[in-house]
Amino acid sequence: MSTELETIVFFLRPRQIEKNRTQFMDDLSRLRSIVCRSIVLMFALSTVGAEKPSYNRDIRPILSDNCFHCHGPDQKTRKGKFRLDVREDAVAKNAIVPGKPEESEVIARIFASNPDDIMPPSEAHKVLTTAQKELLRRWIADGAPYEKHWAYVPPVKSAIPAGKNPIDALVRQRLRQVGLKPAPPADPRTMVRRLYFDLIGLPPKPEEVEAFAKDKSPDAVSHLVEKLIASPQFGERMAIGWLDVVRFADTIGYHSDTPRNVWPYRDYVIKAFNENKHFDVFTREQLAGDLLPNSTLEEKVGSAFNKLLLSTEEGGAQPKDYEARMLTDRVRAVSAVWLGQTIGCAQCHDHKFDPIKQRDFYSLGAFFADIDEPIIGGRGPGIAVPDDQQAAELKRLTQARTRAQKAFDAPNESWNAAFAVWEKVQAEAAMQEQRWTALHPITAVATSGAKLQIEATNSVLAKGKTAETETYTLTFSNVPPGIVGLRLEALPHPILPMKGPGRDAAGDFNLTRVTVKVAGTNRITFNGARADVEGDLSSVINENAAETSKGWSIETQTNQAHQLILGLTAPLTLASNEMLMLELQQRQALGNFRIGFTTNTEALTGPLRFPPAKEISDILVISADKRDAKQKETLFAHFKSIAPETTKARERLADARKARQDYEASLPHCLVSSTNAQPRTVRILPRGNFLVETGDIVSPALPVYLAGTNTTGRRLTRLDLANWLVARENPLTARVVMNRLWKQFFGLGLSRVVDDLGAQGELPPNQPLLDWLACEFVDSGWDMKHMVRLLVNSEVYQQSSVSSKKLRARDPLNRELAGQSRWRLDAELVRDNALAVSGLLVEKIGGPSVKPYQPDGYWENLNFPVRSYDATPGPDQYRRGLYVWWQRSYLHPSLLAFDAPTREECAAERNRSNIPQQALVLLNDPSYVEASRALAVLALKDGGADTKARLTWAWRQVLSRAPRADELKTMQALLDKQLAEYRADPAAAQALLKIGLTPAPQTTDQSELAAWTNLARVLLNLHETITRS
Amino acid sequence: MKPHPELQQFLAQRQTRRTFLGRTAQGVGALALTSLLNPTLLSAGAALAQKDKWKGVVNPLDYPQKVKRVIWLSMAGGPSHLETFDSKPKLAQMHGQPMPASFTEGKQIAQLQGQKLVCFGPQHGFKKFGRNGTEICELFPQIGSVIDEICLVRSMTTEAINHDPAHMFMNTGSQIAGRPSMGSWATYGLGSESEDLPGFVVLTSLGQGGQNQPIAARQWAAGLLPSRFQGVHLRGKGDPVLYLSSPAGVTHAQQKDVVNTINKINAKYDTIVDDPEIATRIVQYEMAFKMQTSVPELMDLKPEGAKMLELYGCQPGDGSFASNCLLARRLAERGVRFIQLYHKDWDHHGGVKDGIRLKALEIDRACMALITDLKQRGMLEETLIVWAGEFGRTPMSQGGDGRDHHNAGFTIWLCGGGIKPGFVFGATDELGYSAIENPVDVHDLHATMLRLMGIEHTKLSVKFQGLDVRLTGIAGKSIEEILT
Repeated sequence: MSTELETIVFFLRPRQIEKNRTQFMDDLSRLRSIVCRSIVLMFALSTVGAEKPSYNRDIRPILSDNCFHCHGPDQKTRKGKFRLDVREDAVAKNAIVPGKPEESEVIARIFASNPDDIMPPSEAHKVLTTAQKELLRRWIADGAPYEKHWAYVPPVKSAIPAGKNPIDALVRQRLRQVGLKPAPPADPRTMVRRLYFDLIGLPPKPEEVEAFAKDKSPDAVSHLVEKLIASPQFGERMAIGWLDVVRFADTIGYHSDTPRNVWPYRDYVIKAFNENKHFDVFTREQLAGDLLPNSTLEEKVGSAFNKLLLSTEEGGAQPKDYEARMLTDRVRAVSAVWLGQTIGCAQCHDHKFDPIKQRDFYSLGAFFADIDEPIIGGRGPGIAVPDDQQAAELKRLTQARTRAQKAFDAPNESWNAAFAVWEKVQAEAAMQEQRWTALHPITAVATSGAKLQIEATNSVLAKGKTAETETYTLTFSNVPPGIVGLRLEALPHPILPMKGPGRDAAGDFNLTRVTVKVAGTNRITFNGARADVEGDLSSVINENAAETSKGWSIETQTNQAHQLILGLTAPLTLASNEMLMLELQQRQALGNFRIGFTTNTEALTGPLRFPPAKEISDILVISADKRDAKQKETLFAHFKSIAPETTKARERLADARKARQDYEASLPHCLVSSTNAQPRTVRILPRGNFLVETGDIVSPALPVYLAGTNTTGRRLTRLDLANWLVARENPLTARVVMNRLWKQFFGLGLSRVVDDLGAQGELPPNQPLLDWLACEFVDSGWDMKHMVRLLVNSEVYQQSSVSSKKLRARDPLNRELAGQSRWRLDAELVRDNALAVSGLLVEKIGGPSVKPYQPDGYWENLNFPVRSYDATPGPDQYRRGLYVWWQRSYLHPSLLAFDAPTREECAAERNRSNIPQQALVLLNDPSYVEASRALAVLALKDGGADTKARLTWAWRQVLSRAPRADELKTMQALLDKQLAEYRADPAAAQALLKIGLTPAPQTTDQSELAAWTNLARVLLNLHETITRS
Repeated sequence: MKPHPELQQFLAQRQTRRTFLGRTAQGVGALALTSLLNPTLLSAGAALAQKDKWKGVVNPLDYPQKVKRVIWLSMAGGPSHLETFDSKPKLAQMHGQPMPASFTEGKQIAQLQGQKLVCFGPQHGFKKFGRNGTEICELFPQIGSVIDEICLVRSMTTEAINHDPAHMFMNTGSQIAGRPSMGSWATYGLGSESEDLPGFVVLTSLGQGGQNQPIAARQWAAGLLPSRFQGVHLRGKGDPVLYLSSPAGVTHAQQKDVVNTINKINAKYDTIVDDPEIATRIVQYEMAFKMQTSVPELMDLKPEGAKMLELYGCQPGDGSFASNCLLARRLAERGVRFIQLYHKDWDHHGGVKDGIRLKALEIDRACMALITDLKQRGMLEETLIVWAGEFGRTPMSQGGDGRDHHNAGFTIWLCGGGIKPGFVFGATDELGYSAIENPVDVHDLHATMLRLMGIEHTKLSVKFQGLDVRLTGIAGKSIEEILT
């Protein structure tokens, strides 16, 4: 029996123990460099045995990696006009002659010695090993049987002997085949920690460890499992992986990376896991929650999935560019989350290794073309997502608004009467206004040098210099014949003091003299003046009167329009080449004004009142009996909007509206999907280039290679897509989801490449197990908790993770599961653990994302806008890691150090690195220093009377076990030394204890507390502390 | 049966993380323990770390190594080639006239989409410098004074036209987030010579013109490579490396005691559970503790002396591009493999005339100083300096006094080992719109950089999601013409 595992063994085991370290490492780095670059030298050894080569296990990986690029599915890059991925083609071209390797071109080429003939060609940088060549030869000799790619064939559920846990049965069966023995069960302390970390992501309390250790019943594990699965922290734990894979984050990603409202979706996910929402429902809600009949708020929030992609607010972004980016982003997401397919390459060309066509790619993208959204720019706040209490309040406020509206709309006799009066007065004003014509000055000059700017509305706006006395001179041509009066409107303007109309500090002016001349002739005389604000008007128009400081001014009535009407002694008609010159002498200058003329003497005696805005005045000048219903309504509505009589009702309505609006705005919001009746046109983009608009237009369609031809009479929707993803006949979804679930509980997927179950992925060594889980998942109605139970209640799961060198040598990655695995906790759990053991953790579920302490200036490279980071005050500072604000371009550095993904792309897999930044975070990040201090406080308070008891207590609190003697001794030594140092420097102790928002108790001996804080820092930094074993 | 992704993963990640060190329980654990019990220093641990150093996957090298390191000067925002290194008298003649459609048809346009396109002449004069009389903008006389060391590439192009995707493309060869940055590739390929500093270091500086476009940390992320290859951002303010300082009230000696205690307990624990990761963690704690001293030492420019500060035109702690250039030299001396400086504020949609003047004041002397300083020390010949924006700017006016983003042709320059000095390669058309002579794309630039480091770009790849992912995607050709 040959397996890949043996190849690794072959490769790693030799001389490992006997040789000295240096040599071993040299060997390794040499081999490493060979392996990393040329890949496959050794695995062929695995199958040089008696067993028949299997296409899926042995042959396809060789062909896919070495040949399909040029002789595979993508016809654009196909060379020599034949393909090796389809048997008929390969046979027809004599590339493969079944049973006759010596006649097969493939064999001739791979064994060729002439560099011009050899395949793969040298420029491909691919080299087949002798063993691989031999395998191909044997396979052809056996008749060259092809198999459909394993993951595209529906899974088959193996029969399991009655009474056996199927997982145990299938793993044991495999272990027997490869000649390995299962590990013994983990000790109770390890077991309880493992279950806590895996199921709720938090450490057990010491008393919980003790209770479990004492429980000798055979059901001890399953009881604990039930308790943990039922706890609300289960949903939090399960959500982490899902949020990675759907790329959930609080910000948009590109460029300015501004915030967006999506956190209710995170809470939706937590709730879904807690309530064991079955995965098919979960899928439908996320892809198409908005399309479900009478969709609920929860279903709509689920559909926020479609909004989790990257978007941009960058100026100059091209809509077609981002439309293409968004389409491909979504296709990649659906493929990754449900299908485990790396379909991204098909954006530009047919896939090179899998039978995915470019058309499949864009047709899949077309499912999302209906989503209503801006392509560039802000996404808006989304819909309000109130909880029950908030929804009740919103309903109350909505009703109040409706009541106020009704009251305002109800017939009201006294308003009708007031309206009649108002209407008469305003109609007169409107008529009066019609008698005046504003004229456009040809020139406007100020003696002070102020700039007089003539606006399109014919008004004149003064800017720049001011002087004690000021004279404006304006000239007009095209003055209508027979004018009998002039009007000066003094108008407010936002740039003037107090908004004008005057330029003095109070917004006033003082017009002392108005003179009108026809150029080259005598001045024109006035016979009277009227203004809406009284002044010494006679001196303004009387050329003989002594000019006094008194004239026309508006006192405090700023920010309103005023008018001065001047009657001419005799009607005036200018010759066509004559210009009228108007001089305005002022003490304090006008800021904004307009000059009008009239030829109608009625204008001189008409009301000095400005009419309402034009659209209302236009109705007012129509006689009442000729107004149509709409005009009447408009007029009455306008009256109600300004009349003093309606003030109370109006304010009540405005208040009710505002109260509702403010409250609604204060509620949590979430971006959700909504559909646009006019879906965007989706074209196949040749080579992915959005500038080329010649590609075929496609409609939503399922990938043909998985679903067959699937056109229907109607346009398919996102709901159709969701239904297909969770259809029993879909061979991928259940496998993909179970493979990821397995990884959460065993450290690696059953198929190692969790994000690719395609041709370049891995045929799982224990395919019957993955297939059984996939079938069971579907059979159970997509019941996630059921599957979790099955996994953790298995003996395989409960094995010890202490491995032996011998076993590691045989199976370095623990693929055969002859034991459990150990790994460093995920980033969020590293944080959660520190907060939990120090008693700081606030176990609130859900809510807006929180901001733990972060180094100043970490966001300095963000812009539009520049942002400051304010750590969340109060209890929310101590929330779990999954609630940390997820800034895509600058993820919180302590999460990033522990390999949390930025979630710009779907991440089914996290690195588990071991880098110096992790040490710096655990040693120096104030969150961990504060947690250490809090733990020290607890140890001193609750730990017992003497140092040994307290050390033991702290150790138990963090590691769920008592310290060994040597550990105690090491800790004691550190404590003694630090204590002496802090006793000598109490100020240093104070400085250390000040770190964090929670004040340290002043009652405790500060030097002692400081020394214990450093001791607690040691505990939080231990490898064992951050390891799930 | 398909072991290679797995082996790859296993070796690239686990081995990368030095896990094999601890394979014999008496190995690292015991050694480290000895070092911890012996207060002379963490010498044994350090020795282990040294032996354990990542030596890179390219071994042996594909080509003779011309340069050991790269200093990449990223002029963020997109410098105008028309006011820096690409003289266009014809554009000056056409100033104010419509841009001929033949130049722009079918091309990507950013903020000028749908607007009338008007030629906008160069806003500053050009002068001849160096033995070949190379014309560059007169605002850059210091760079002019070393132009004989420099190779101008006036035919650069890129695929992206908005800042964020264009930076991603320039750094990772892909516009999709999650690919490794070129500095990560370089350290993955070759390892680093530095003892106590990361192999890939990033410094950023702001311009005074206020056009400081955002830069995402993903620009120096390791992406799908292991995290140890990510760029470490050395910051001008606060801790130069995040979380570098010990907590207030904890002395260096106390911190050392804490670290030693952690390592001692971990080492002992390893003898019980035999977990290879523990040895790695011990080494990481030692490295972290060493960085607490080595990084502040690195950042302290005072020992450079007044003359050196004068050469660069900077003051210690001013956070300027010039300071960062001096730091780049110090990082180079310490064996850092890839040093990337971002200088922002080149995004001159408006006020390009004054804006460029400001930029010249900020970078001209510093670039000259870096070249001169490295040359004096005999380090220039083993260093590659690249000066490049993420794109260039339009020959057309934006708003009457600015230029829009532009990707069809712009100028970058290279300098140092293996690069033809005093050479000009490629050209744009007479209006400076498209690269028409020897166009160079980003993949070519990357291929050239890797070639100088001794790496054939088509061979440096990592399996990810079924693909052989490379810095150069599926393209790229080293620009042989500019190499000596």
